[in-house]
Amino acid sequence: MASTDLPTAGWSTSARRPSGLRAVRPAIRGWVHSVETGGAVDGPGIRYVLFLAGCLLRCRYCHNPDSWHMHHGRPITSKEVLDDIAGYAKFLIHAKGGVTLSGGEPLVQPDFTHAILRGSKEMGLHTALDTAGHLGLHADDHLLADVDLVLLDIKAFTETSHHDLTGVALAPTLAFAERLAVMKKPVWLRYVLVPGLTDRLDEIAALADYAAKLGNIERVDVLPFHKLGEFKWAAEGLAYTLADTPPPSPDLTERVRGLFRTRGLVAD
Amino acid sequence: MNIVARDVADLTGSDPWRGFVEGVWRREVDVRDFIQKNVLPFEGDAGFLVPATARTETLWAKLKDLLAEERKAGGVLDVDVSKVSSIVAHGPGYIDRELEQIVGLQTDRPLKRAIMPFGGWRMVENGLEAYGFPPAPGLRETFPAIRKTHNDGVFDVYTPDALKCRKSGVITGLPDAYGRGRIIGDYRRVALYGVARLIEDKKAQAASLELDALDDAVLRLREEIGEQIKALEELAAMAKSYGCDVSRPAANAREAVQWTHFAYLAAVKEANGAAMSLGRVSSFLDVWIERDLDEGTLDEATAQELIDHFVMKLRIVRFLRTPDYDQLFSGDPTWVTESIGGMGIDGRTLVTRTSFRFLHTLRTLGPAPEPNLTVLWSEFLPKGFKDYCAEISIDTSSIQYENDDLMRPWWGDDYGIACCVSAMRIGKQMQFFGARANLAKTLLYAINGGRDEKSGEQIGPTFAPVAGEVLDYEDVKAKLVPMMDWLAKVYVGALNAIHYSHDKYMYERIEMALHDRDVLRTMACGIAGLSVAADALSAIKHAKVRAIRDERGLVVDYAIEGAWPAFGNNDDRVDDIAVWLVETFMAAIRKQKTYRGAVPTQSVLTITSNVVYGKKTGNTPDGRKAGEPFAPGANPMHGRDVKGPLASMASVAKLPYQHAQDGISYTFTIVPSALGSAAHDRIANLTGLLDGYFFQGGHHINVNVFDRETLLDAMDHPEKYPQLTIRVSGYAVNFVKLTREQQLDVISRTFHGLH
Repeated sequence: MASTDLPTAGWSTSARRPSGLRAVRPAIRGWVHSVETGGAVDGPGIRYVLFLAGCLLRCRYCHNPDSWHMHHGRPITSKEVLDDIAGYAKFLIHAKGGVTLSGGEPLVQPDFTHAILRGSKEMGLHTALDTAGHLGLHADDHLLADVDLVLLDIKAFTETSHHDLTGVALAPTLAFAERLAVMKKPVWLRYVLVPGLTDRLDEIAALADYAAKLGNIERVDVLPFHKLGEFKWAAEGLAYTLADTPPPSPDLTERVRGLFRTRGLVAD
Repeated sequence: MNIVARDVADLTGSDPWRGFVEGVWRREVDVRDFIQKNVLPFEGDAGFLVPATARTETLWAKLKDLLAEERKAGGVLDVDVSKVSSIVAHGPGYIDRELEQIVGLQTDRPLKRAIMPFGGWRMVENGLEAYGFPPAPGLRETFPAIRKTHNDGVFDVYTPDALKCRKSGVITGLPDAYGRGRIIGDYRRVALYGVARLIEDKKAQAASLELDALDDAVLRLREEIGEQIKALEELAAMAKSYGCDVSRPAANAREAVQWTHFAYLAAVKEANGAAMSLGRVSSFLDVWIERDLDEGTLDEATAQELIDHFVMKLRIVRFLRTPDYDQLFSGDPTWVTESIGGMGIDGRTLVTRTSFRFLHTLRTLGPAPEPNLTVLWSEFLPKGFKDYCAEISIDTSSIQYENDDLMRPWWGDDYGIACCVSAMRIGKQMQFFGARANLAKTLLYAINGGRDEKSGEQIGPTFAPVAGEVLDYEDVKAKLVPMMDWLAKVYVGALNAIHYSHDKYMYERIEMALHDRDVLRTMACGIAGLSVAADALSAIKHAKVRAIRDERGLVVDYAIEGAWPAFGNNDDRVDDIAVWLVETFMAAIRKQKTYRGAVPTQSVLTITSNVVYGKKTGNTPDGRKAGEPFAPGANPMHGRDVKGPLASMASVAKLPYQHAQDGISYTFTIVPSALGSAAHDRIANLTGLLDGYFFQGGHHINVNVFDRETLLDAMDHPEKYPQLTIRVSGYAVNFVKLTREQQLDVISRTFHGLH
């Protein structure tokens, strides 16, 4: 039998397939740590949250130290991920939510990340990228075109404190933030408040000044530090330096939110 | 044209139907038509609501003291042991006559329980003994001797097979010693038409049965209508003892609420059904409230007060139960289910201001398990209402939601929920409640050739047990199907026996008086242990499961090697098995002949009996150990749904409603912070979850929003949490009234939380 007799013959080329490029785009291999369907705190509405494996930062309060290395995840193709997302697409649309790529750091795997963002957009879904911005240069303009919202984690606001907390420099993150501002890309700024570590009010005030000037910060999430990930440090054989650090008081958290609010930003 | 209206006007001096839009409802008993012609859909938000009046607060404080006394007394405050309850047995009773705007108690004192022995005398004796009350003097000697009960009748006709299945627990919770419940009288009819008109209507129905051939069916119906008429007369007499004339229609909002309550009260004075649901009264009552507001005779505070006082009465409906019964249905539930909201088939919403006022009672009076407030959710409900539901859910965990967009095509726009998830057209449909069969245990019977895995007794037919060490999926499946067929036969046979006897010895006179002459009856079967059975079959299919036999040759345990997909992760490899189980058991039920030509249905619902079912079931091939509880309703097994709430919901939403028309229950628990940090985010996200779940085809969802820590604290300090309400499988309970075992079960269930 000639191959052209098969009913599906030719469908792998864009010429025959009405929906165009989707059929010929290669599946990209990536490393995924886990999936949380129905997250409600990583972007607007109910989200399909994909946690990618691999991160260059070593934040002392990290609650997912089991996602630092690519091999912490399992290999999977973008097509498999998108097939899974497709099963929730209608739910997500009705729940006014979408897809959030988190991690780890999604920009460690930019091609994989982009393939999932593109596929999600083709399903009509809202997309959010949860990133620390350090690898902002990995996100080219094509990738960012498929991102509706960036959840930008700024961990600290001086080079010294940022390096002390994360092990990497702050400058690339700020460069990325400014690039997003130029693009007028909607951003939710996230700041984890840790007593004794990131609770210097002058530093936070400077961050708030900076954020207010960017002009594209839709809201600020001040996240009180918690120790729910502590057990994972032990499981990874790592020393956890914040075992004795308490969560911030509600008063302090509210005060920090106030610093952002007085500069015209939304923080609640 | 308006003969009826004029007659009514003559009775009262002012026309009770003044200002209402005319329709068929004037000439025929048709409450739905009245609602459709007169309802005022409300698209706004909760801004108009007002706090409780001082009168309400004082009255509720009194009642709270009584409720605390009841708890202190071990669950039962008082019992009237002197007489058998009926609509007219007890004189009027009050909480505080000066304060109460809506009156009427089951007995002459609040929280005093009545004796209702027609289900079975032993139930009464055991109930009295368990709570330390003296056996009813006089009654004890005479009643059992002169009156055959429902329970006596059933055991005269039960087959040996039914008795064996009942004993082994493969069928459990059968209503053979207590009232079946799950019948909703159309209590609104009393307010709209008055009892005199309803009696005329019933007399006309009796006349319509003066037929040439008077066979069993016709004679039975004629006798039943005779009983219904007597019950209506008793209802009027009972109302009269409170100084109210319900023979005529209600003339204003207060009377409409009061008349509706009297009708419902007559039902709970006469019948102690497992579920005594209210129906769908809120938007009906709204029509009367709106008219009074227009006429300037009512303000918002008083309107809320009427609803608050009505709801207080619904919160103190009590029956005398036994500890055995409480194991099945714990927390002293009565399932005074009120269905709120939904859409009309013309596309207008049926949400009214009084829909809000009913939900608002969870604020004015604080959270409570009863009445069982059930929101009929539609994608098209007004946003203000959706938001208010979510807000109240987050604060109180006291609301359940059911998919109106799924049910409306089946049941129209005037159905209500009986008990937890059973939809029925009000006044036109009833069900024969059938508890449930244990699907997980049935699977074990298939593996062991009909022998019970615990006792070793031959309960089912002697089929070939599985041979060899490793279980083969096709082999087990092939053995399961005939075992399900056998179980369905015994099960429906038992239900036929029960309802035959119930109709004879414990007929619900007043509830059926508030129905049409010809009603649609369903035979409401049910299954428990769906996720256990599906996971077990998944393990057998996708991993390697070895059977471990004891010295009797019975398979009593299983060793599993390898991974297998579990129900609750949106994985078709196992979800398809769950769907297959539902469809296959329903097909087996449909093969059976049912009493009174009832239409067979089934539910996937366990209430709190998932704990009891688990106790009666040995080790299962999914790795669940003997005695461990099942998941409630259609829930995935605890801790096995690892991909988050959407995946869990997606699996449940795949279960086909058309093959489980008595409802599919799902209990969802989430910690507040996982819904978002700000209050408005949490509200938006919860409405989003509900919209998404129901759009996907989910039927029912209980929403609990609280921390595990709160529950742990409540276990140790129950006195701090008298009103802590949680939702389990179709109803709500006071957490502190659960047994410790059930409390632990609730806490062990999946909490959807921070990643």
